[in-house]
Amino acid sequence: MALPDDLRYSKEHEWVRVEGSRATIGITGFAADELGDIVFVELPEVGASLGQFATFGVVESVKAVSDLFSPISGEVVEVNETLRASPELLNSDPFGDGWIAKVELADASEVDALMDADAYTAETA
Amino acid sequence: MTQAAGPRRTPLTDLHRELGARLMPFAGYEMPIQYASILEEHRTVRSAVGLFDLSHMGEIEIDGPEAVAFLRHAVASDPGALGVGQAQYSMLCQDDGGIIDDLIIYRLSDERFWVVCNASNREAVVAQLNELLVRGDFDVSLDDRSDRTALVAPQGPNAAALVAELTDVDLDVIGNYRSAHGAVAGIDCLVARTGYTGEDGFELFCDADRARELWEALTAAGQSHGLRPCGLGARDTLRLEAGMPLYGNELDRDTNPFEVNLGRVVKLEKGDFVGRAALEAIALAGPARKLIGLQMLEHAIPRAGYEVRADGAAVGEVTSGTLSPTLGEKIAMALVPAALSDIGNAFDVVVRERPYRAEQVKLPFYKRPRD
Repeated sequence: MALPDDLRYSKEHEWVRVEGSRATIGITGFAADELGDIVFVELPEVGASLGQFATFGVVESVKAVSDLFSPISGEVVEVNETLRASPELLNSDPFGDGWIAKVELADASEVDALMDADAYTAETA
Repeated sequence: MTQAAGPRRTPLTDLHRELGARLMPFAGYEMPIQYASILEEHRTVRSAVGLFDLSHMGEIEIDGPEAVAFLRHAVASDPGALGVGQAQYSMLCQDDGGIIDDLIIYRLSDERFWVVCNASNREAVVAQLNELLVRGDFDVSLDDRSDRTALVAPQGPNAAALVAELTDVDLDVIGNYRSAHGAVAGIDCLVARTGYTGEDGFELFCDADRARELWEALTAAGQSHGLRPCGLGARDTLRLEAGMPLYGNELDRDTNPFEVNLGRVVKLEKGDFVGRAALEAIALAGPARKLIGLQMLEHAIPRAGYEVRADGAAVGEVTSGTLSPTLGEKIAMALVPAALSDIGNAFDVVVRERPYRAEQVKLPFYKRPRD
């Protein structure tokens, strides 16, 4: 599967899409495949302050519980409520309808520390 | 063949890899956890037929004139009550009543039995049986056939129709917990109507070197029955819905059969056997703890090891938990003080340091529809 090249990626297999001062974050298709069928998501609260590479939520597959690590720091302005009832969107459309949260960026330069699609592809090869 | 360091392999490990399975270490073996999706595999077993490789399990043959006397002495159940071709769920207990392993015992002839045990406990079971055999000077032989024996299990409502296509054995006479010898796809098998999924199904034991042939014949014939290969991930959610204990989760050496609602396995009336005095005392006094079913009333998934509270106080632990694929409910089994066990009782399960409400429900969570 070709990776979207407008995103940046973290070693913890999260992606971020920056649009102005805001960013959308989610988990990569690689992460979703590794986890298997995702059956539960614990989302951050709107207003919560996220630290770069700090935990901000939990995903559970049938077998396993995994922390979510935010690829950037900032304040949560919106979460994907649809995931509460349809966590399987993380498997079926991880870069689209399976987005997790939107964040007001604290420091836009943090994105520079993340990988581009080519580097992330190499990381997960 | 010598075993290189690293995980053990079943005769089907290469085939699983060819099928794209995700292999993970389990009980010292490299086993398929899932092929594509645990949820899909789970549903396949509930609605059609799933095919499992269980070749990691242990098969120990007990043969000889004193086979009945020996097994009656060694295990908590009464294998002497079995007719030839019958099987029973059993347990090997310590002197204090703690469970060394749970077993299925098959009577193959008057003097010949198979004891099928968990892969993780095979060495312990063989050691215990050997020690009892020598100490009691029983006239039987013990043969650990595990490495030479493969176990392939078609499980689900379509399993009988599938196996019937490949065998001349009359499956109608092999009822639940019965077995017969016969050829399946031309391969000599012990055909047993046993399983660990809560569905109808078979466990087919054959020589390890015929396992691939058997698997491929079942897979080919299974296409028209909706067959999918299934991994141990689905096996775990299936057995949990069916309220079946898993050694290492619900069962261990610090747990006795009465605590896990399996007192019916223990046949005190058969005479002396290993663990009898302790088990009789527990039967009289009642077990201190009890394995219960929990259903979550809030949105959190209980998992093994999570704390269980009653009225705010820690009282026990979840032994197994998951989101039930069949019921859509978050379910768990937990060990709690027996005095707290009653259907409808309120508990909390602590998930990531926060208590979530749960209600005690009847076990099993799922019972297959029978006609």
